[in-house]
Amino acid sequence: MIELLSYDFIQNALIAGLLVSMASGIIGSLIVVNRMVFLAGGIAHTAYGGIGTAVFLGLPIFLGASVFAVIAALIIAAITLKHRERMDTFIGLMWAVGMAIGVVLIDLTPGYQADFMSYLFGSILAVSQSDIYFMATLLAIIGFIVTFWYRDILAVSYDSEYANLRGINVGFFYTLILTLSALTIVVAIKVVGLILVIALLTIPVYIAERLSTTLYGMMLLSALFSSIFTLIGLWFSYRFDIASGASIILVSAFSLFLFLLINRLRLV
Amino acid sequence: MPIIEIKNLSFSYNKQKILEGINLNVEERDFLAIIGPNGGGKSTLLKLILGINPIQEGSIKTFGERPQKNLSKIGYVPQNTNVNTDFPIKVIEVVLMGHIGTKRPLFGYAKEEKMCALGALAQVGMEKFANEKIGSLSGGQRQRVMIARALCAHPKILILDEPTASIDIEGQKQIYKLLQELNQNITIIVVSHDISVIMKYATKIAHVNKRLTHHHLNSQNSLKHQCDHFCEVEMFNQFKGEIS
Repeated sequence: MIELLSYDFIQNALIAGLLVSMASGIIGSLIVVNRMVFLAGGIAHTAYGGIGTAVFLGLPIFLGASVFAVIAALIIAAITLKHRERMDTFIGLMWAVGMAIGVVLIDLTPGYQADFMSYLFGSILAVSQSDIYFMATLLAIIGFIVTFWYRDILAVSYDSEYANLRGINVGFFYTLILTLSALTIVVAIKVVGLILVIALLTIPVYIAERLSTTLYGMMLLSALFSSIFTLIGLWFSYRFDIASGASIILVSAFSLFLFLLINRLRLV
Repeated sequence: MPIIEIKNLSFSYNKQKILEGINLNVEERDFLAIIGPNGGGKSTLLKLILGINPIQEGSIKTFGERPQKNLSKIGYVPQNTNVNTDFPIKVIEVVLMGHIGTKRPLFGYAKEEKMCALGALAQVGMEKFANEKIGSLSGGQRQRVMIARALCAHPKILILDEPTASIDIEGQKQIYKLLQELNQNITIIVVSHDISVIMKYATKIAHVNKRLTHHHLNSQNSLKHQCDHFCEVEMFNQFKGEIS
């Protein structure tokens, strides 16, 4: 076990796993309390278009995915603020079109044999040093924004109509939350993949929500749960030689099951 | 001088007239009930007073100025308080949202803000619940918290949209009793369906159905004494008689 930790790629995987867990715990809390889970799913799948574009143009994957995801977030924010009733249709559309663009562009890239599966289900063992810098910077930015604008974000999330009345720019904060979600989703794709990213953003968060009396507490608790699930999931992944993303999600889901069971038993 | 002065106000949405030729004066310490059918324009009228909807025709003045200028003098309690009950937020934090125009610390809440929020909670009899999760309260208790949030900014006018829509009868009574107490210092405007309940507390009634009809309640006093509870039909008949 100790010698395992001496490998660079294992160290990177652990650091990346923890950074992404903390970011997704904080942002996942905002996504869940704002009922944006489906929006986050749309952004995650649209981001695949960015991965395809980056591969095709020979750009860094993170850059391509981030640009695509942020654009998707801005479009979704604009739609939800103006045509809320048609939101699901547009998100479904972006979801599919983004994926299609990604698939086509990767097909068109000559000689490119990258593992399609690694984007769908994560490839945490392939995390590089620069990926980690990107993740750490993002976590720092998220931490700063959420702390500094906590009251506005809380007001917008809890009661946007009232927040608007009190002169808070609801549109701005809504867009901000979605943009941060987009960037978090991009880094989480590296760890658990775009299909499983929604689980990472919701399962630990759901448990935390039930145990918290404040949004701040919920964020901290989600980050903690998410980190624990990720570490345990990584260990299983190594021990039984299974995909890391799926392993992390199954550990989370099993914990959720236990949590609900204990809750139920306590009620009886 | 009336604190809210509405003259010849009309408002359309998608080329459909929602409000037409509205005239309304609200004086200090009025207890105004706005009644009328669903889709009759009650909520639109509130949104115009609160400066959420733009004024298209006619004029609204609150405290002699346009509505956007005096938002901090108007406390607002929105309609549905039963949404988002899972939200992890304490009662005191909900009330603290009501602060406006105070100097804010970099993060967290200032001591004066907390004292003020606790004061507002005490005013509605909910100070014991300050640290409870909002979702653990009953509908009536939550409505009191929303009133405390509106009181936090020390408003001159308190506007409530259907404050008792999803609250049991006992809770409704308590809310109206509370509003009556607050009415000693604050002007109250309530949009409501519970006509028979509101009759006991309101001093003025405006019936909004595209157009606005005033009813001064003094003339209805005789009716009030006849019986404690009467149905809407009886009352509308009474109003009709008054108009014709």
